[in-house]
Amino acid sequence: MRRRWLKGERLITLLLLLPSVIAVAVFVYGFIGWTGYVSMSNWNQLLPDYTFVGLRNFLKLFAHPRFQIDLRNLAVFTGLFLTGSLAIGFLLAVLLDRKVRGEGFFRTIYLYPMSLSFIVTGVVWRWLMNPGSPQMGSTGINLLLEKIGLGFLKSGWYTDPRVGIKAVAVAAIWQMSGYVMAMYLAGLRGIPEELREAARVDGASEWQVYRYVILPLLRPITLGAIIILGHISLKIYDLIVAMTGPGIGFSTDVPAYFMWETTFHANRFAQGAAIAIILLLMVSLLIVPYLIFSVRREAEV
Amino acid sequence: MRRAVALLFVGLLVWGLVGWAQPGKEYVAASETTLAAVAQEVFGDSAYAPAIMRATNAKSLADPAYLKIRTLDMKIPAGAKLWVPERAWAEAFMAFWDPNRPEDLFGGGKLVVGSWWTAGGEAEGLNALFEIYDEYYPDVQIVNATIAGGAGFVFRAVIKPRLIAGDPPDTFQLHAGLEVEGYSPETYLTPLDKLFEIMGWTEVLPKDLLDLLLYKDHFWGVPVNIHRANVLWYDKAIFEKYGITPPENWDEFFSICEKLKAEGVVPFVMGNAGGWEAAHLFETILVSTLGAEGYKGLWTGETPWTSAGVTEALEILKKILDYVNPDYAALSWDGAGEYLIAHKGAMMIMGDWTNGWFMAKGYEDYGWAPVPGTRGIFDALSDTFCLPKRAPNPINALGWLMVCGSKEGQIAFNTRKGSIPARTDLTAEEKALFNPYLQSCMEDFARDAIVPSVIHGAAAIESWVTDFKDAVNLFLATKDVAGTQRALVEAAEAALAQMGK
Repeated sequence: MRRRWLKGERLITLLLLLPSVIAVAVFVYGFIGWTGYVSMSNWNQLLPDYTFVGLRNFLKLFAHPRFQIDLRNLAVFTGLFLTGSLAIGFLLAVLLDRKVRGEGFFRTIYLYPMSLSFIVTGVVWRWLMNPGSPQMGSTGINLLLEKIGLGFLKSGWYTDPRVGIKAVAVAAIWQMSGYVMAMYLAGLRGIPEELREAARVDGASEWQVYRYVILPLLRPITLGAIIILGHISLKIYDLIVAMTGPGIGFSTDVPAYFMWETTFHANRFAQGAAIAIILLLMVSLLIVPYLIFSVRREAEV
Repeated sequence: MRRAVALLFVGLLVWGLVGWAQPGKEYVAASETTLAAVAQEVFGDSAYAPAIMRATNAKSLADPAYLKIRTLDMKIPAGAKLWVPERAWAEAFMAFWDPNRPEDLFGGGKLVVGSWWTAGGEAEGLNALFEIYDEYYPDVQIVNATIAGGAGFVFRAVIKPRLIAGDPPDTFQLHAGLEVEGYSPETYLTPLDKLFEIMGWTEVLPKDLLDLLLYKDHFWGVPVNIHRANVLWYDKAIFEKYGITPPENWDEFFSICEKLKAEGVVPFVMGNAGGWEAAHLFETILVSTLGAEGYKGLWTGETPWTSAGVTEALEILKKILDYVNPDYAALSWDGAGEYLIAHKGAMMIMGDWTNGWFMAKGYEDYGWAPVPGTRGIFDALSDTFCLPKRAPNPINALGWLMVCGSKEGQIAFNTRKGSIPARTDLTAEEKALFNPYLQSCMEDFARDAIVPSVIHGAAAIESWVTDFKDAVNLFLATKDVAGTQRALVEAAEAALAQMGK
């Protein structure tokens, strides 16, 4: 009797889950599969053409000068964005953790940029980093540098191909480091004071306390932050659109932007799908190990 | 007598204003009749009955005095008021009306017009067309579906998925020329050959433009205007101050640049924030080094991309980069124009929409000349409107296309937008409605050799335009002449292969 009732409950659970399972199956995995299929087709005009061409689109893509630049840009951007956000976020968290006066105020201020969309961030930083010219005068950061007598530090920022994507990374770090701070702050608050005390009693310097006690204990948070920032970074598009566009010599171009242009301007739908698949693979390289890690940990608990 | 004349004049004026609406005339049934009989009487052919039904129904939506006709074979009572459209309208209706769509016999509904005209003179020009349309077709609700973004780069990305999904607007903006290939017109658009024939447009549009409009032997869009891409704009104040005249060739151009650079003026301004402006500049340089025929041949495979003219053009572009404003990557073309307005920059190469923008900014101290080395050549682009196969209100769109192709529509539109009409049958008085730049532009258009612009969709298919644009963009950073020429050769080979040449 009891077993049959259980069965009924299971059935209801299954029925309740079914709509979302179907929706996810179709709209997420179905479309991923379809994109994969298109990426191996010959769809290079508006009218769909599903002739199978194997991996030709991928091979062409990796030989494409613009895509090579994009991958390099993406690596530079991700590297800078991750290290910058983690470092600044951690630093801010440590400072706030000192039980400073007005902590709530500062916490809010540091967290604010996160509430903006990348579009807003992009527009603001486009103005801030406007290079200006000797004839029309400087604006934004260059004007500030000029006024405080550091004119020699003026830069073309994102318009200078040598800086390019690094300037965009600065804007992204500004936006996301407050979020990392919040994560670390929660982590720091979770570490019992006794552990630090014990380390200090054992003669550890403050530096050693952080290096050998705090940081190892914060590792899950660091990992979580890397996953969250990493997938934002790999998919970055809106910030580029609002701030710079592809830039001179594609110095601020990224795969997602190239995907949009090649699909809807050059009508190379298959090539666009190939870029989408490559982006998916890159993101899964980051996410899948994390998923395995967390599932295992849950199993252990 | 005088009073009678004055009254007549006022009467004519009122009639002109009111009676303007949908071309055609009123018809009152003398006795009980049918639509077919009326059609036989006025057009000499009973097959025109649906056209009269549609026109009368549209009219009755705005004015209940007209009869509402529910079916084609309905009895028309004596004394009922009908509206008989002009013959051309009736012919066009019969040519484009699908008998499987009886809903199109009732008028009303929407007209969704897709375009990338959102700002300044462009938006005003579009509104002028809307006003005319609204006078002719007061029963239709116009929906202005514009999407901003330089040269339509964003708009086109939005319209394509809608075409594939079968949910297009009723009509949308399209550059004349090979850009139409990007819309797979055989599948997604309706050929407009019949409309061109009925409206007599093949007689009033210039041959170069008609050649450009033909793709796979069909017309796919109705042109409203013509723009010129190869114009050098300069600040008169700076030119006068340093005693400079507009350069005729690149040697003169660079000696002017050298002189102005020494004076601390930006000799040449450009923007490239949109990603296409530098490619626009390069296109006009190609016209100058290859000449009209040579440049045209680039896009048909007759001129090899390995030729010396291409190398020379790249060298010129490279040299120009020594004289441009340092912030060009951050500016769009209008941002660059601010240098001229502030008298801080001397010259700029951009299409003649710049003229409208200068006027909107209240800047009058500018002069114009053809891009050095392109005197006698007109690098042209044209905006057209098309009819998607699955347009929800095709007959409303048909009326729109007729307004776009009409003299009245083109004058109203172009005087505001700052371009010249595509039609060449303007009278001297009508030409006088345009500003001095546009008048000189009309003269040049009538006289010069016409070549199609590539970056504005006329000369090449879209994938080629993108590769061309990308090669130039990369060149801005690498300044690698040989490498860029190689990339351009490869792009041409791929595109010509795709076009089956």
